[in-house]
Amino acid sequence: MTRAGAVATLLWGALALLAALIVARASYTADLSAFLPRSPTATERVLVQQVREGLASRLIMVAVAGADSHTRAQVVAGLAQRLRSDPAFVAVNDGDPAGFSAASQLLFEHRYLLSEAVTPQHFSVAGLHAAVGASLDLLTSPEGLLFKSRFTRDPTGELPAILDTLAGPSPRTQDGVWSSPDGQRALLLAETRAVGSDIDGQEAAAVAVSRAFTAAAASTPGASGRVSLRLGGPGVFAVSARSTIREQVIRLSLVGSLLIAALLLAVLRSVRALLLTFVPVASGALAGVAALTLGFDTVHGITLAFGVTLIGEAIDYSIYWFIQSRPGNGGDGWKQGVWPTIRLGMLTSVCGFAALLPSAFQGVAQLGLFSIAGLVTAALVTRFVLPVWVHGSLEVRNLTPFGAALARLLARLRPARAALLLVPLFAAVALYAHRHTLLSRELSSLSPTTSQEQAADAALRADVGAPDARYMVVVSARDLEGALSAAEAVGARLTALVDEAVIGGFESPTRYLPSLATQRMRLASLPPPAELTARLQEALAGLPVSAARLTPFLDDVQAARTAAPLTRADFAGTALAPALDALLDVDSSGATAFLPLTPAGGGELSRAALASLAAAAGAAAPGEAQLIDLKAQADRLYAGYLRQAAVLSVLGFAAIVVLLLAARLSPLRVLRVVAPLGLAVLAVAGLLVAFGERLGIMHVVGMLLIVAVGSNYALFFDRMAGRPPAAAPLTLASLLVANLATVIGFGVLASSSVPVLAALGRTVAPGALLALLFAALMARSGEAAPGAAPPPPT
Amino acid sequence: MELLAAHPHAHVAFTEEQRLAMLDRPLESSGELLYDAPDRLEKRTLKPKPEDLTVEHGVLTARRGRHTRTLELAAYPQLSPLIDSLRATLSGDRAGLERAFAVQLEGSLADWTMHLTPRDAAAARVVREVRISGSRAALRSFEVLQADGDRTLLTLGPELAP
Repeated sequence: MTRAGAVATLLWGALALLAALIVARASYTADLSAFLPRSPTATERVLVQQVREGLASRLIMVAVAGADSHTRAQVVAGLAQRLRSDPAFVAVNDGDPAGFSAASQLLFEHRYLLSEAVTPQHFSVAGLHAAVGASLDLLTSPEGLLFKSRFTRDPTGELPAILDTLAGPSPRTQDGVWSSPDGQRALLLAETRAVGSDIDGQEAAAVAVSRAFTAAAASTPGASGRVSLRLGGPGVFAVSARSTIREQVIRLSLVGSLLIAALLLAVLRSVRALLLTFVPVASGALAGVAALTLGFDTVHGITLAFGVTLIGEAIDYSIYWFIQSRPGNGGDGWKQGVWPTIRLGMLTSVCGFAALLPSAFQGVAQLGLFSIAGLVTAALVTRFVLPVWVHGSLEVRNLTPFGAALARLLARLRPARAALLLVPLFAAVALYAHRHTLLSRELSSLSPTTSQEQAADAALRADVGAPDARYMVVVSARDLEGALSAAEAVGARLTALVDEAVIGGFESPTRYLPSLATQRMRLASLPPPAELTARLQEALAGLPVSAARLTPFLDDVQAARTAAPLTRADFAGTALAPALDALLDVDSSGATAFLPLTPAGGGELSRAALASLAAAAGAAAPGEAQLIDLKAQADRLYAGYLRQAAVLSVLGFAAIVVLLLAARLSPLRVLRVVAPLGLAVLAVAGLLVAFGERLGIMHVVGMLLIVAVGSNYALFFDRMAGRPPAAAPLTLASLLVANLATVIGFGVLASSSVPVLAALGRTVAPGALLALLFAALMARSGEAAPGAAPPPPT
Repeated sequence: MELLAAHPHAHVAFTEEQRLAMLDRPLESSGELLYDAPDRLEKRTLKPKPEDLTVEHGVLTARRGRHTRTLELAAYPQLSPLIDSLRATLSGDRAGLERAFAVQLEGSLADWTMHLTPRDAAAARVVREVRISGSRAALRSFEVLQADGDRTLLTLGPELAP
């Protein structure tokens, strides 16, 4: 080994060690955060917060199927009992009303602060008469039994009034526990302590549910082996997404590596060469992850899955080297002849990937950085390290005869290249025919989970009747009191809209925790003892109850007048705390109240309804309240990503053209290089839509990658055109092998069950193949006189 | 029981008298009772204040003025004796009745009384006994004796036109 070679090897080893150290410190994530914007706007922040930490994100939906309803109910009750004693869960609800008793006690004690009915009029003689009369009506009905024991303390019916405003829709009950509408599954809702973005916590919670279920089933007669468990919810989803991604990364890279290794072994017939080809690839992957660790807070699992494709691309460099560095390859040495072309090709690829870096969509930005670091490293290792380790050239199979056969085949195909003019025509027809279903518009299309999992989750959600919390008014203020006051103002307007049936209903944190101002106002409505006694006497005239029996009421009102106001701390540990926490977010920067809206009759809100809601929110608390449609917001976010991906792809393409011009290629040669790439992109776009795919971000990114990868092939053909024909067979052979390796890498990705991975693979695998074919057909043949070739199609 | 089961539909007038310890005098109301086999029961109070209670598929819906409230009966075991006893008797569901209550029958076919004692502990804490009396297939009265001494007497009148 020469001195320079030893230095290169040492440097490589030191850098690899450094990269490994950096990679060891990396933190990985697999939640939906990769799909969230890097610098969100105020409304996007709500979306992000809801996705990562909202109540919905901490909900585990549990369905138990099998056996009979009675057995299922027993299993669910046993499961609930076990989970309630597990500190990992904040609240566990299976429809058992016992869980509500502590909460109802809290509500009862603070009823004069919480009841929206408490006004000065309510405690006037006429108001008391009406209120006591209404309570008596309730008392004589079957449900009156529930309130009877408290009548003498609450004759004005404040607790029923509070419960009325808090009651939300809940699943039906069967054998004492919640059940699906068709009565086939018993249900339970568990709220985890861990937030939705804490996937380790979510995974532990899901495991705890499964264990508790097994134990509950084992201790229920007739249940063991006959009941099955299904879990759902965003946290469970994230856990499954992470394991899917982990499994896919391992499986895809394994399958990809094996297939490529088989290809290389068949072509090179040298195990040593095969092992050496993987050195640049492994170095590149290591450098890629190290770059991500330095460039981003967390490395997203899905990026690593995308990275599988790097194997197929980075290996190209060593393939070119092994095949083309044979002695007698047209008289050009590797360093003088082949390397500059590889270098230019590598730089065009880097240009393409660099265009992804500014993407707001983190997954794409990470893919860009990972690929750049990986490709540059792989190319440098191929250029400076591999030649040091292999003296002269490695004894690999001579591919000259194979290359010569390829050249002859190509020569026969070339006359048909006019047919390439049909490609834009075909693409235009396909795109036009599918113009209404051309683009994918929903953020959910980026979900790392499979469509089956998404369907199962939707079914479970429908069983539970869980609100999807799509519409909400968000109120932001400097402090808690400000947010609550504004939420009350918004609530008053929303109540009017409920009465007009514009919306079906809404929730508000102020129903649990009214602002201090409102609490004071309600207390001020309560008359002093003597006054209340006198009014009550008068009010009870004509009613079948005497004031003497209502002494507890007088005592309670008097106690309420001097009691401390209700604070958030009073809710700690009760069944109401999670509900309040979900609707209220207070941190050092301010307070935010969420008022989820229920559309009247379910479904979507009309445009007119949204307009009046937005107007109501704006009028009630100008500058503080705004209406948010989370799904529209998410889809807008997605549309933004898609637009940006398209713009960045065009910029990337332009950057590649500029780079080629800067490398002193004539405009005509640049056109020859990029025309086949453009055609390949068009053909792939046409094929994809013809097969019924809706184009999304990953397709657009994939098209940029076709250009970035395919430019390597086109550049080699460009180089061949000016050289003696002797070099052509080996170049052709190496191009085909490199191309096949790339196609295998992306082809493996195309087989993934994860939609985003499959989309990228399905775009780039055929695209790379077509780019090579088109570049071969459109290249000037070495023998042809300059200018004799037909102009490239436009 | 078989005689009762022969009625898929019933529509009768009722008067109700409630005696509650905390009230100075009994509360009286009247209206119509409708039953459709197998499990829809509606109690339409007309006087003194209109109120409509419907039990169907285990869900109680109460309408008073503009307010509507719904309750899942299964979630409130203390309410079920009130509803189940009447519903099971009307539909002639002897097995259902005996599942929820200890049943004691006395009198003759022309003048019978059933004493129902809830089996469920939560229900028994609220309802001591339900007493249903009638003549052949016609129900005459429905009386609920609550554990705290309060009682409700529902007297059923003649069949009304459907």
